[in-house]
Amino acid sequence: MDFQISAFPLTTEAFKEELQDSSCGGFVSFEGWVRDFNENKVVTHLEYQAYPELAKKEALKILGEAKTKFGIKNAKCVHRVGDLSIGEIAVWVGVIGVHRGEAFKACEYIIDELKVRVPIWKKEHYQNGNSGWVECHECKKHDHHSHNHTHHLE
Amino acid sequence: MKTISVQYFAVIKDLVGVSEEVIKTSAVFASDLFAEICKRYHLNMPIAQLRVAVNDEFCEWDYQLNEGDKIVFIPPVSGG
Repeated sequence: MDFQISAFPLTTEAFKEELQDSSCGGFVSFEGWVRDFNENKVVTHLEYQAYPELAKKEALKILGEAKTKFGIKNAKCVHRVGDLSIGEIAVWVGVIGVHRGEAFKACEYIIDELKVRVPIWKKEHYQNGNSGWVECHECKKHDHHSHNHTHHLE
Repeated sequence: MKTISVQYFAVIKDLVGVSEEVIKTSAVFASDLFAEICKRYHLNMPIAQLRVAVNDEFCEWDYQLNEGDKIVFIPPVSGG
């Protein structure tokens, strides 16, 4: 189990090699890419910030949970920080298992949990010159009555 | 008075203008310290939307501060 925060472009082929295991028949990976729009706004680039000490602890906890829940052999996750251009990889998750089923499930579990639990934040920079810290959808769901955008910088 | 080190990230860091500072405070609970900081920097953030960490572990808002603690207020996360 391994989690890293990287200020440099993610070398996914090397990450995959680290997971090589002759006892495993399935490898599943997920790449999160920087998209050029969000909620009808044209995004020019993104900025990611992490609270590294706690991000690492929480992410390793998630990887451990995935192993226990789904019986996978190993998993690794790497998240970028700093300024990212459109099309760059923001996050990579790789999972190996004896069979593919558990690897698919664990991979989805890891990225889903990471997005709501790990202290990493994304700031979108828009074509019109504005920028704003993004709120996760789960958090928004919990707050959709108040329409409180006081901490959304625009 | 206790000496507490506070680190700021993301939207809070932008609003406060620094990434960390050392604060002398009479706050008892983590929630008191958050209220103090909101007042000082005119932040208008509902505490229910945030989490708090002490010494790099998530904790509850009723955590009682100790001398030398490192506190981080965690706005809604948006990684991935």
